[in-house]
Amino acid sequence: MSPISRGFRGRPRRDVDPARIPPGQYTVNDFPVLSAGPTPRTPLDEWSFTIQGEVDRPVSWPWADFLALSSETITVDIHCVTKWSKLDTTWTGVSVDTLLEGIDTEAAYVTAWCDGGYTTNLPLDDVTGGRAWVAYRFGGDPLDPEHGGPARLLVPRLYLWKSAKWVRGLTLTLEDRPGFWEAAGYHNRGDPWAEQRYWSD
Amino acid sequence: MARAPIVWRLGTVTEIIEETPHARTIALDAPDWPGHLAGQHVDVRLTAEDGYQAERSYSIASAPESTMLELTVERINDGEVSPYLTEDLRAGDQFELRGPIGGPFTWRVQDGGPLLLIAGGSGLVPLMAMLRHRAANGSDVDTRLLVSARSQADLLYRDELARLAQADGLEASYTLTRSRPEGWTGFDRRVDAPILTRVGPSPATAPLVFVCGPTPFVERVADRLVELGHRPQAIRTERFGPTGV
Repeated sequence: MSPISRGFRGRPRRDVDPARIPPGQYTVNDFPVLSAGPTPRTPLDEWSFTIQGEVDRPVSWPWADFLALSSETITVDIHCVTKWSKLDTTWTGVSVDTLLEGIDTEAAYVTAWCDGGYTTNLPLDDVTGGRAWVAYRFGGDPLDPEHGGPARLLVPRLYLWKSAKWVRGLTLTLEDRPGFWEAAGYHNRGDPWAEQRYWSD
Repeated sequence: MARAPIVWRLGTVTEIIEETPHARTIALDAPDWPGHLAGQHVDVRLTAEDGYQAERSYSIASAPESTMLELTVERINDGEVSPYLTEDLRAGDQFELRGPIGGPFTWRVQDGGPLLLIAGGSGLVPLMAMLRHRAANGSDVDTRLLVSARSQADLLYRDELARLAQADGLEASYTLTRSRPEGWTGFDRRVDAPILTRVGPSPATAPLVFVCGPTPFVERVADRLVELGHRPQAIRTERFGPTGV
C-alpha cells in the first residue's frame, strides 16, 4: 500500500478512458522528445532499410523502393517509459510482416539498429502478426527527424524506447541480445501494462 | 558490481531549500538508498487520498558522495506534480521514490575529460551532481560549464557555483536570454556557435559533452556541437518537457 502524500490531489483526466492508460502513465497532447544523443540527419539518397542476420540472404530497400512497398495507416496509443502516453496517434508505414514476407528464419529475436548507433532488442513475436511497423509518416506528414524521421520502428504494445528512432534495419537472431537501454538497466521486454520499466520490474 | 533492484522506497523530506522563485531543492532521507552516479534520476510517486497516483522523474542534484539525496524541482506552470513538490511539500512529509535510473547520461571522475557541460534552465540539475562529484573528489579535470537561463533570478545554485568555479580547471559561463542585470558581463543570447566556440574546449581535444534542458534547447545545442566538429558519440543528451500541455 502506498502512503498518502499529504495534500496531494493530482489531476486525473476525466476525459480519458482510464482503461486506456497503463499504470503510472499520464496522457499528453504534445509529443515529447527523448533520445540519448544528437539527432542524426541521414540524406535520403544514403538511406536504406535492411533485414539481415539469420536469413538466407539479406534484403535491402533504398528509400524510393521502401516507399513503394505496400503501406498501412494505423491509429494507436503510445506509451513512453518516462511516464507520458499519447492516445490516438496516426502513423503510416510498412508492416514488419510485409518486410519479412518470403523470409525463412529460425530466429526468435530481432535487434533493431539505427543511425546514431542506437539498438533495441525484441522478441520476433512482438514485431509480427500486425504488431509493428516501420513508420515514415506521422499524422499525415513526413516524420520529423526529432521524432525519428525519416523512419522509425513503431511497436505500440511496448514502451516507446522499443520503437527505435532513425531505424535502418532489423537483425534476426537466435538469441536475445540486450540493446542500448536494455543494457543500461531498463526492462528487457518493456510491457507498459505490466509496468516493466526497469530490469527488476 | 551487482545491480540493486529498482524498488519503491519511502523517502522522508528532511529539508527544503528555496533555490529560485520557481525551483526548490528537496533533501530526502531514503532508507537503504543503493547509491547513484552523477547524472542519474529517480522516479517519484505521489498518492492522493482517493488512491489516485502520479509518477514523474526528477534529476538527482546531490553528489554520490553526499549523505542526503537531493532533488531540485522546477515548477511547471499547469503541471500536475511539480506545483505540489514546489509549493505544498514540507519537511517531514513522505513520498515514494525509486532509482537510481539512467545509464549513458552519467559521469564519474575516472571517466576523465575534458568535460563540457551545457544546461538550459533546470537542465543544470544533473550537471550540478557531476560538478559536486568532481569537487568531492578534488578532481582538476578541465571542465567548462555553460548555463543558459532567462534571467539572473532563474539561475540555480549561483553562490555554490561561484565557489566551485574557484577550483582548478573549472570555468563557468552564463548566458541570460531574456533580461540581464546592469553591468552583466556574460553572454546575452540563446546558445549559438560563437558562444560554444568561446566556451570551448575545442572539438580537437575530444571532450565528453553533456547537454540537458528543454527539448528545443537540446536539439539546437546538439546540432551546433555536431556542426562545430564534436563527435556525435561523445554528446550525451537529456531532454525534458513540455508535457501535459
